[in-house]
Amino acid sequence: MRLSLILRTAARLLVPLMILFSVFLMLRGHNEAGGGFIGGLVSASAFALYAMAYGTQDARRALYADPRTLMASGVGIALVSALIPLFSGAPFFKGLWTTLPGGVKLGTPILFDIGVYLLVVGMTLVVIYELDDDGLSLFPRDNRPGTTPPSSPAA
Amino acid sequence: MGIVLAVFAGFALALVAPWITGATGRATGWLYSLVPAGITAYLSTFIAPVAAGETMRVAYAWVPGLNVDLSFYVDGLSLFFALLITGIGTLIFIYAGAYLKGHHHLGRFFAYLSMFMAAMVGLVLADNLFTFYIFFELTSFASFVLIGFNHDEAASRRAAWQALLITKAGGLALLAGFLLMEQATGTLQISAILETGEAIRDHGFYTAIVLLVLAGAFTKSAQFPFYFWLPNAMQAPTPVSAYLHSATMVKAGIYVMARFHPVLSGTDLWFWLVGGIGAFTMVLSAWLALQYTDLKGILAYTTIMALGALTMLLGLGTETALKACLVFVLVHAFYKAALFMVAGAIDHGVHERDITKLGGLRSKMPITFGAAVIACLSMAGIPLFFGFIGKEIIYEATLHLDQAALFFTGAALLANVALVASAGLLAIRPFMGPLNDLTSHAHRPDTGLWFGAAVLAVLSLGLGLAPWLLDSAILAPSLSALMGAEATPHLAIWHGFNLPLALSGVTVALGVGTYFAWTPMRQSAPFRALERWLGTGLDNGYDHAINGLLATATAQTNFLQNGYLRRYIATILGTTVAVVGYTFGHFGFEGPVLSFVGIAPYEWILSLLIVGGALATLFLSARIALVAALGISGFSIALTYLMYGAPDLAMTQFLIETLTVILFVLILAALPTLSEVASIGHRLRDGVLAVATGSMFTALMLAVLNQPFENRMGEYYMQYSYSEAQGRNIVNTILVDFRALDTLGEITVLLIAGFGIYTLLRLKRSKTSEKVEASRASEQVEQLS
Amino acid sequence: METLLAFVIGALVAIAVYQLQRRDLVRMVIGIVILSNAVNLLLFTLGRMTRAEAPLIELGAKLPPEGSANPLSQALILTAIVIGFGLLAFSLVLVYRAYRSLDTVDAQDFVELEFDDA
Repeated sequence: MRLSLILRTAARLLVPLMILFSVFLMLRGHNEAGGGFIGGLVSASAFALYAMAYGTQDARRALYADPRTLMASGVGIALVSALIPLFSGAPFFKGLWTTLPGGVKLGTPILFDIGVYLLVVGMTLVVIYELDDDGLSLFPRDNRPGTTPPSSPAA
Repeated sequence: MGIVLAVFAGFALALVAPWITGATGRATGWLYSLVPAGITAYLSTFIAPVAAGETMRVAYAWVPGLNVDLSFYVDGLSLFFALLITGIGTLIFIYAGAYLKGHHHLGRFFAYLSMFMAAMVGLVLADNLFTFYIFFELTSFASFVLIGFNHDEAASRRAAWQALLITKAGGLALLAGFLLMEQATGTLQISAILETGEAIRDHGFYTAIVLLVLAGAFTKSAQFPFYFWLPNAMQAPTPVSAYLHSATMVKAGIYVMARFHPVLSGTDLWFWLVGGIGAFTMVLSAWLALQYTDLKGILAYTTIMALGALTMLLGLGTETALKACLVFVLVHAFYKAALFMVAGAIDHGVHERDITKLGGLRSKMPITFGAAVIACLSMAGIPLFFGFIGKEIIYEATLHLDQAALFFTGAALLANVALVASAGLLAIRPFMGPLNDLTSHAHRPDTGLWFGAAVLAVLSLGLGLAPWLLDSAILAPSLSALMGAEATPHLAIWHGFNLPLALSGVTVALGVGTYFAWTPMRQSAPFRALERWLGTGLDNGYDHAINGLLATATAQTNFLQNGYLRRYIATILGTTVAVVGYTFGHFGFEGPVLSFVGIAPYEWILSLLIVGGALATLFLSARIALVAALGISGFSIALTYLMYGAPDLAMTQFLIETLTVILFVLILAALPTLSEVASIGHRLRDGVLAVATGSMFTALMLAVLNQPFENRMGEYYMQYSYSEAQGRNIVNTILVDFRALDTLGEITVLLIAGFGIYTLLRLKRSKTSEKVEASRASEQVEQLS
Repeated sequence: METLLAFVIGALVAIAVYQLQRRDLVRMVIGIVILSNAVNLLLFTLGRMTRAEAPLIELGAKLPPEGSANPLSQALILTAIVIGFGLLAFSLVLVYRAYRSLDTVDAQDFVELEFDDA
């Protein structure tokens, strides 16, 4: 697929905003509409948009982490948030809260939601990136000089 | 504490035996026998207090919520059996060390054998129905691995499976019986159940309890019609046959009947079922034994005969019968274990067990010969040997019955005649006469191979001469426990000239006659038919049953799981619709009054969009149009959520719809379009099922909506969301706090799905795909050329 | 509206069941999507619908406003939507992968190929 200038320009503007918004949605989720699932989906949409505009290789580079790592660490973080209360003698999964100076409340359920967020981002991007890498090549290929696009499949 | 140690010592040995056996070398059997010998010595310290009327109980909470304890109980009966198990076990361990000398899996063998011994000791000492059941099953499992010890032989594997299937099926019945017993008595503690007197007999479950418990006992103790597994179990190495399938494990079933005798016996059902099946098994197997020429075959069937006799005596239930039962347990264990060890020694020295091919071995193995003669004299019930005492009391018991005395005496006589003949075959055929080609090369057995048989022979002779030694120390406490009442039995060699003595004389005379008529009798048509029907016949019946089961399973699988998703769906949904439809038809359908008043126009529009979008997917064929139609339906659902107070759901649905579109576009571009190929008839059939299922959903929903709404759960979360979970978004607090464990499960599912997708896409191509790709390539070549 | 949705859901289920029985695997996946949507709506309807407030507690308050929507069914559906997406993605990739390997999206061919491979 060819690169679309309009899409690239829009994406450059939209993607950071969407990611920022997704974090906002996740963090406020405990009190207002939002949460880890929704935040994660918004963030995944942002990276999907980026991939549409610039190709998955660039999108992977923009994400830094491998989506698989995101998935696994998401579940890991959720599990850790469940284990933390055990150290203070509380039962498994008991929500523990502390209030920072300035009135900001932090608690293990927020950590849990971060885990959910990462899992959702990772899982969605694994599907999209891997499918495109498998040779569907609907998204643009890396077009910088010096790199050759992988051959498309016979299908 | 000591009792627990006594039970678990065997398990401990089982754990270490595979690792240390390499280092113990020739001394292995003697060394390991110290474990059962030590347990025997420890348990012997209980003889005096138990004889004085004491009982010991230790209990540890195991699953306290279900009243399951790891508890053990020492009384006369359990001590009697426990001593028998560890005592014979000591001799078997020594014997096994010599018999399997140098075997490359000797350590494994001893691990299994010790595990079995521990399970058996645990079984007889158990004081909780579940503890009992678990040890009962462990003995079946140990028997399975020991029968299948030579697992590279198909016959061993088959015999092991057969024994396992039959005894485990019985074990399940026993478990059910135990659960009913708990219902009837309100306790799982065996010693407490034994105190309940008439509670079980008067309970409505009595018949069921008896039938279920007996199913467990009869399968384990090889009663008709389940006995056919026992001769097959002779595939096991001979020490196993001697120990498990003669002296101990098969007596677990006898122990079950004896243990619960005080609370289950005394009814006509018990008398005729236990007494009758026991007598039938006894006579049948005694004569079947004469059909065999294999030493172990004869021993196997005479073992079933002994188990039948013990079962019969427990069924008769008089004091004399119960005394006879206990004495016969000892008598049989002593001579039968000895004879198995003799058979094993012969097999070890000559590599042949067919009595028609053996002969003259008395000069080659004189001590073994002596032990065999004494054991056989005891088996035949010749005076001055222990077996004589046993047989005398059995006759005494059957003669003094209030009912059917003639029937049971006749049965006992008939069985004992055959037993005398079998004893003759076992003592005379292998040892007397001239040496032949086979036996002249026999080598002298090791000490370990004759030691056990010799000790047991000495016991058979010694207790025959001085049977009163058993009276107060062993017999009185075990008989009291068996009867549930005080008893003071007395054994004597000489009872004067009486009817039992005369019967003994007749038995021996007829037995000797049978011995001399053996060869023609064995080959006669009626006896062959007997063996064909009730010997191999039952065994073949088992094969037919198993094959039938497998064939049924295969047919059912082929019918239900044929690879056509359409048929799965039709089966599942068709059944559901039929069942739900029947329920509505039977109990009536109550829906709300159908009223569409007050539904705003935009709600009608949304509903139409939801259904319309989905409906369009049926008629569109262009992939991209399909996705668009699906999206319309999905976005309309999101709007519905939004309007009815669910902003979280609306957002999620919007985002998911977006990602779904991306996904479909990515994939569908690569997939071909398939035009509908189903005939009108098929489509009509599918449509009928679809409409029926849809109608069922609507009807179910209307019925549910007609019920008053119960929302305690929802209100709970509303009330505590802020105070307990510190959150103002209640949906979110449910997800990440109240039900966070569920959410963790769900994200784990997504994780697995994610890795599944990754693996699918990176998977190496399979053979089929290579084939497909090759054919695709060749087609292209053809097209080009 | 609840009564109306009972019929909407019935229609969705009927369409989904019909699609699930198609030989075209893509249509089968579409059937799965429609069925997930139907079941989510079913949960939503049976949790009783109200046009009133979302189950959110206002700043400073301790309890949600009187008569707000049922949060329990919403929590159930929220995860169900995401799980449904996971299922959809997995089935679609499976279909795609099967097509790459076996060169067909016809369920009928799969049964025949399955026996070839043995």
